[in-house]
Amino acid sequence: MAPPVAPPPPWINLTALWQIVVLGLIAGAGLPALFAVGLRALSMPGSRAQTAGADSDRVVGGSTAGIAIAAICFAVVLAAIGWGIYAIYQAGHA
Amino acid sequence: MSNDFVLVLVVITALGFDFTNGFHDTGNAMATSIATKALSPRVAVGLSGVLNLVGAFLSLSVAATIASGLVDTKLVTLTVVAAGLAGGITWNLVTWLLGIPSSSSHALIGGVIGSTIAAAGGHAIQWHDLVAKVIVPAGLSPIIAGLVAATGTYLLYRISRSLTEGARSHGFRIGQIGSASMVSLAHGTNDAQKTMGIITLALIVNKTVPATASAPFWVILSCGLAISLGTYMGGWRVIRTLGKGLVEIEAPQGMAAESASAAVILLSSHFGYSLSTTHVATGSIIGTGLGKKGAEVRWNVAGRMATAWVFTLPSAGLVGAGAYALAHAIGGTAGVIVDLVILIGVAAVIYLRSRRTAVSHNNVNAEWAGSVAPPAPEPEPAEPAAA
Repeated sequence: MAPPVAPPPPWINLTALWQIVVLGLIAGAGLPALFAVGLRALSMPGSRAQTAGADSDRVVGGSTAGIAIAAICFAVVLAAIGWGIYAIYQAGHA
Repeated sequence: MSNDFVLVLVVITALGFDFTNGFHDTGNAMATSIATKALSPRVAVGLSGVLNLVGAFLSLSVAATIASGLVDTKLVTLTVVAAGLAGGITWNLVTWLLGIPSSSSHALIGGVIGSTIAAAGGHAIQWHDLVAKVIVPAGLSPIIAGLVAATGTYLLYRISRSLTEGARSHGFRIGQIGSASMVSLAHGTNDAQKTMGIITLALIVNKTVPATASAPFWVILSCGLAISLGTYMGGWRVIRTLGKGLVEIEAPQGMAAESASAAVILLSSHFGYSLSTTHVATGSIIGTGLGKKGAEVRWNVAGRMATAWVFTLPSAGLVGAGAYALAHAIGGTAGVIVDLVILIGVAAVIYLRSRRTAVSHNNVNAEWAGSVAPPAPEPEPAEPAAA
């Protein structure tokens, strides 16, 4: 049984490597960072909340603009995750 | 006739391996969430189990490649597969007893390679593929995951520094539920397929299905269920090492580590690398220790793990080779049966040994005092009825 004649693949696939690093940083560090931006916006103090103590674990600060920004951030994070799951499903059931 | 009997034994053994894979790896997804109390231990393993099952059905792209791409399938017999599984299971159980998160994928690959060498010689192994697809990614993936996690950790603390301590913990704990879920899903897509591949290989070897067949539905379902059940059992010893032993983890670190793990695992499988989720998760947790100022990484624990990783392939391989030699010496169906009886005996001994220093959902978060087994507070209360 003759092995198929093909040039041996390289030991390290550098193209895949840098793509994994870059996309990994975007998805694996960028998305949680965006979530953090959302949390920070959400916590901005504003008219809609009672004042909270310094050691409060209240996440919502009450600023309308902050809540809107937070909603956008969280929506983008969820959309990115949803898209990722869809892409995996597509690739696995092609 | 006799072949079908052995096939049934091999399928059961493979599902047994899948089960150990599940409980060995629960910690990869859930250790950080359990450590930060984002999820209670029992909710965490339940959620992870369900998502592993979903993940098993989500993607089927690498199902048949894991072991069959590394060995010459024409030289593989059912006895080889059974012996290889025995090697993988043994290594998984021993490392679980020691509380070391080692790679289930490497244990499986090592076991099958060992038994194949014992059966057919070294030429039956695709050495180049073994290095390029298993060993090199195993070395690189924890570093990449660590880099991503360290970057994420730095960003999260930087961005959230104006939040109060309480608000920050609260917010990121909620985020952790999402990121830990993604790791569980990724684990299902990755690891359940490895057993699916092994069972499909056994079916092909036995000529039950044609050589080009993909995994039949009952294989997908049973593998998904086995890994899910194993996950739900919770490998508390490994969870404890990952969540408490390596780094003291706060909620932002947990979310950063989990996000990094999920991203690296899913991206790598997209590029055709079937990584060890364990290596990635460990790299992420160390990275999150490095990314936070003042956090301490317990390098002696990390060193113990790295040592175990280096020995995983050869150790599982030696057990696999020994199991094959024994089965071959006895011959035929009896040989496989003897192997499996010994395997069950070994598993029973390890289980009994583990009871002496039991780690469970009750004490998994106890303060790390240098060992897997938490110091017993008082004479072990018999399994509380409330549990």
